Amino acid sequence: MAIFLTEASKVIVQGMTGSEGQKHTTRMLASGTSVVGGVNPRKAGTSVAFGDTDVPVFGSVSEAMDATGADVSVVFVPPAHTKAAVVEAIEAGIPLVVIITEGVPVADTAEFFALALEKNVRLIGPNCPGLISPGKSNVGIIPADITGPGRVGLVSKSGTLTYQMMYELRDFGFSTAIGIGGDPIIGTTHIDALAAFEADPETEVIVMIGEIGGDAEERAAAYIAEHVTKPVVGYVAGFTAPEGKTMGHAGAIVSGSSGTAQAKKEALEAAGVKVGKTPSETAELARQLLS
Amino acid sequence: MDLFEYQARDIFEKHGVPVLGGVVATTPEEARAGAEQLLGGQPGVVVVKAQVKVGGRGKAGGVKLARSADDAAEKATEILGMDIKGHTVHRVMIAAGAKIATEFYFSLLLDRAERRYLAMCSVEGGMDIEQLAVERPDALAKVAVDPRTGIDQAKADEIVAAAGFTPDIAPKVAAVLQTLWTVYRSEDATLVEVNPLVLTEDGEIVALDGKVTLDENAGFRHPEHAELEDTAAADPLEAKAKEADLNYVKLDGEVGIIGNGAGLVMSTLDVVAYAGEAHGGVKPANFLDIGGGASAEIMAAGLHIILTDPQVKSVFVNVFGGITACDAVANGIVAALEILGDEENKPLVVRLDGNNVLEGRRILAEAGHPLVTIADTMDGGADKAAELAHAAA
Repeated sequence: MAIFLTEASKVIVQGMTGSEGQKHTTRMLASGTSVVGGVNPRKAGTSVAFGDTDVPVFGSVSEAMDATGADVSVVFVPPAHTKAAVVEAIEAGIPLVVIITEGVPVADTAEFFALALEKNVRLIGPNCPGLISPGKSNVGIIPADITGPGRVGLVSKSGTLTYQMMYELRDFGFSTAIGIGGDPIIGTTHIDALAAFEADPETEVIVMIGEIGGDAEERAAAYIAEHVTKPVVGYVAGFTAPEGKTMGHAGAIVSGSSGTAQAKKEALEAAGVKVGKTPSETAELARQLLS
Repeated sequence: MDLFEYQARDIFEKHGVPVLGGVVATTPEEARAGAEQLLGGQPGVVVVKAQVKVGGRGKAGGVKLARSADDAAEKATEILGMDIKGHTVHRVMIAAGAKIATEFYFSLLLDRAERRYLAMCSVEGGMDIEQLAVERPDALAKVAVDPRTGIDQAKADEIVAAAGFTPDIAPKVAAVLQTLWTVYRSEDATLVEVNPLVLTEDGEIVALDGKVTLDENAGFRHPEHAELEDTAAADPLEAKAKEADLNYVKLDGEVGIIGNGAGLVMSTLDVVAYAGEAHGGVKPANFLDIGGGASAEIMAAGLHIILTDPQVKSVFVNVFGGITACDAVANGIVAALEILGDEENKPLVVRLDGNNVLEGRRILAEAGHPLVTIADTMDGGADKAAELAHAAA
């Protein structure tokens, strides 16, 4: 099973012919992802060789879908062109769009999210590392060799904390690990991932990583209390973050008394989530549930 | 990026939002000239307003009425240099006086949870809106705004109706709300707040005080926004880091921090602060995310900024090798130390994990830099760095 991404997923890459796109397409192919095409109107009809694999380039997302049956698009397009690329993918009706690009104006994200909602398209990101269902498929930039398939489901706002937690729990493996991104507006939330993990028979324990800013963790806590029966372990980064400063991620900011790590931790604990003080303590809490 | 009131006023004016005259001044003389310009030789009143990016300046004595140009200069003398909640006043705005009949409130902001925009509007303005929202939520209308259509005539009418404006002024307010949407959309704002929005005795709707936050991610389509940045107020180290394109935030501690990825760096700060509890209460000195690459140049630039901070007593480099393997990161650190030479004079704790970690640690060990300690875990590295900072303090 796994969530959002399985061995059957057929992936196209928007921005495949750029340097980031090429680098990560190579990595995705190496980790077993079925990459069936790239999109670039100026290079339609050509193909790009990745080792022994020739990946065809199409003029548009809908052409690529017609020719390959693709059902996932991953976007490595620079910020100034991200909105156009994502809108094209949504209009073409591809069910899942994973947006890796960092630095997308939030107005652009707000607009393409509204469109995606209307067209029933799932977005992940922007400003995220993507997702991996180990042993099945890997879409984005998460290193595939940290760990293999297993019983843990992981959802995180942060890329490197995703890797860190996969590494800490490498002995157990993961059903799916998903980085949802650190922007103020993101396509897939903690709640969406929690709901999917709850429904996924392969996932036994859910690890949820949050950080300062907004109230997504508080909302997730309320959701967990109501709807999640599987054990959830949590971690929140940014206890020492000062008020009013953006900490790397555009959405990671404490405004006045809202968005603090302490409030998020308390909300999660009130919902029965065990919250670790550090990544290693969080991993230990998960380990206890898994062994 | 939060703007000063005078910058918000200028942007409002540019997009047709009704505002009163306003002139920014950094000295009493400029304040006098500004007041003369606004008064035009006629008797009247101007308001001298401290320009600080923090609320509650009125209560702190940062807003004063002046009855002449000389009086404005005098009031500016009192206000300039004042400390308001830790913000030093470097500028005042001289604003034309208004005969206010009624005060209202309006804001348009990101609704992160619903992933669209939210307009908030009240016929009770001028007061603390957070207090109003808690005490009498019914008095604050909240209306969802679709990012694709924004505040058009229909949406503006919906907002003024929800807020309960009387029919005699509702159309005028609705027209102003549409101009505020133009500000939000065309400037890539994430917040436009007007408090108060006023009805004057002459029956005009005027934005008397504005707060605007701009989306820095949209900077590429607004090159003119760079000029709005308050470079003078920025921490000198933060300014230097920004020039070097580094993601750095200065904090008030002793352990310098370098890591890759915003989440991991935030987490590193927390873990160092916990570890510091056992070592004299030392704290993280900064946030610095060097991103995915961790090349020698970026590592050297980052270390350079941190070592420039006189408060720093030790440095903790915490890198998880994902796409960039640890051997490349280790080579980057070794090369960075060569670039820095004698400048690197503080103990450096390095924790590497992940992709090709053994090779990375081997490279560091082989380089054998006398000030470098290799840590096996994030917790262990944080503890060591805190201990070293405490010992050196």
